[in-house]
Amino acid sequence: MTGSTEDLRLENVTKRFGDFVAVDALDLTVPQGSFFALLGPSGCGKTTTLRMVAGLEEPTAGRVLIGDEDITNLRPYRRPVNTVFQSYALFPHLTIFENIAFGLRRRRVKDFKQKTLEMLNLIQLEQYATRKPDQLSGGQQQRVALGRALINEPGVLLLDEPLGALDLKLRRQMQVELKRIQTEIGITFVHVTHDQEEAMTMADTIAVMNHGVVEQMGAPGELYENPSTTFVANFLGQSNLIMGSVIDSTGQTVVVDCHGQKVGVHAGRSHTAAGKGWLGVRPEKIFASPAGSEDYFDSNVLTGGRITDVGFFGVSTQYLVAMPWGQEVVVFEQNTGQRAPFKNGDEVDLAWSRGHAYLLDADQDAQAGMTTPEDAE
Amino acid sequence: MTHGLGAPAAPEMSPAPVVDGETARRRGWGWLLLLPGMLWLFVFFLYPTIQLFFTSLYDPSGSFEQGYSMTWHFANYVDAVRDTWNLFARSFTYAGIATVVCLAMGYPLAYAIAFKAGRWKNVMLILVIAPFFTSFLLRTLAWRTILSDNGPVTSFLQTIAVLPDDGRLLATPVAVIAGLIYNFLPFMTLPLYASLDKVDPRLIEAAGDLYSGPFTGFRKVTLPLSMPGVVSGTLLCFIPACGDYINAELLGTPKQYMVGNRIQSAFLTEHNYPLASSLSIILMLVVVAMVIVYVRRSGAEDLV
Repeated sequence: MTGSTEDLRLENVTKRFGDFVAVDALDLTVPQGSFFALLGPSGCGKTTTLRMVAGLEEPTAGRVLIGDEDITNLRPYRRPVNTVFQSYALFPHLTIFENIAFGLRRRRVKDFKQKTLEMLNLIQLEQYATRKPDQLSGGQQQRVALGRALINEPGVLLLDEPLGALDLKLRRQMQVELKRIQTEIGITFVHVTHDQEEAMTMADTIAVMNHGVVEQMGAPGELYENPSTTFVANFLGQSNLIMGSVIDSTGQTVVVDCHGQKVGVHAGRSHTAAGKGWLGVRPEKIFASPAGSEDYFDSNVLTGGRITDVGFFGVSTQYLVAMPWGQEVVVFEQNTGQRAPFKNGDEVDLAWSRGHAYLLDADQDAQAGMTTPEDAE
Repeated sequence: MTHGLGAPAAPEMSPAPVVDGETARRRGWGWLLLLPGMLWLFVFFLYPTIQLFFTSLYDPSGSFEQGYSMTWHFANYVDAVRDTWNLFARSFTYAGIATVVCLAMGYPLAYAIAFKAGRWKNVMLILVIAPFFTSFLLRTLAWRTILSDNGPVTSFLQTIAVLPDDGRLLATPVAVIAGLIYNFLPFMTLPLYASLDKVDPRLIEAAGDLYSGPFTGFRKVTLPLSMPGVVSGTLLCFIPACGDYINAELLGTPKQYMVGNRIQSAFLTEHNYPLASSLSIILMLVVVAMVIVYVRRSGAEDLV
């Protein structure tokens, strides 16, 4: 445990609904003042986890602590925790002013008027103080929900998909805004989302959840560059996963045989010791070159590829490359204009630096965590 | 369209809304659909009300045999108030007590159905409505048996010494008010249920998250959001209870008679149509006035 006194800690927290295990023996420490994201597909248990911290669900087992105080059995209104609800849950019969002042008035804070006006100012809605929530736009309602929670200066602010109802452009704006506010006031934010991009842009630490457990936790860059499971590799960004078998795992570099071609993976990025494994590499890390045209000294190379599809995206081009063993590998190339793009049927070699690949346990489903565009929303 | 004197209409302001054939046809349909309802209201509400008003001004010395003549006899109203003000007072008191008790009983019931009943919700709603399958008259007659001097309720209350040994329930105000409560409880419960069911449980969670204990959360969120139901429930209970005469007739004695009983006997027994009409008009006006004050004070004008 870290030394900070107000960390949010979940110890062995489990939640069952009948036979369904929503959250399974979860251990989590959220350092005080950090922006923490719980990321996962719907039904992975992230919202249930959040509701247990808020006190809206009771854990079947385990403890929830803030600092040294055990809050597992405290009623929601006794917890130093506030929530920004997914649907905002603004009080429709109260004005914006009264919505924001609600928490302060319940705690009989004397200068609630002054504080509410300051909060209205912070969220830039002073002129809407006397309106009712349904007279505001989605983005404005979102800011009211945020202000209504923040004004109580909670130890931990919980955000349940707070940007889900906003359109893309507004969502990007609010991401920047939320991050700015969090940095300014230094309150711990626990942000639940299924949007990996949102989690990566905002959070200091991401816990990727799946089926009620945390698959992997770390800084966004760390998770992206060195995923430890196929689920994380696919859910965060895109991965090419190629079946291979470990030949030598004794040195700094683990040597893997991929369909007859040898490649190396740094030992620290190898998450399986022996036998078969999924060799993973991100599409933008791969450099494609005309077959036999380059000598790669210290890189991994897979030869025998043939371009089967060219997708032009403006800033980049996406190639699908059919490998001799039948798999199609995705390659992104930035459109620097240094060379002419490949055409369908071109023979290519694929190369990447040893520090960029990762090796995952072969027992896992290579499709795990893949999202279709419909799922993404 | 009207324009200022001498001001030639600016072209962009002048055109009357262009009604193309399609729109006009749709509007025509709208009116056509309203027609049956309007006709109904005119024939069965507006015309009889006007007729009632005229009847209330007939010469009071008229009779069924001699006929009635219109003499614009406004003194009928003075006589009616002078002779029956105590009946009015009793009606409003009984109806008021019944409404308050209905609210006190109906609110928890509606709350339980809306939030706690789970899969029993529909069954409970049907149970609330079930009494309507039997006639109003029969149900009230049944209460005569329930409250009778040798009945279980009276005996029980005598045993626990709430009632003296010769005390009775039937033929007392308690019986009449109990009958009113029983008969009008569904009219309170259903609108309350309808508006409580619309309250988003997440708002109650949000109130809890914002430092409201269960009671404060109820007072600040659930109750205000259910006010439309409270207002319509009390109106649906109070208004018909004011004019009710069956309960007083079957469960009470002339000492418990309400204004409805007087109107009934004036109309049907004495054939004193001017008196009966003026009593009806007074009852109607007083109730309308009370409703207006009530709705204004509850701040629910836009909710009813």
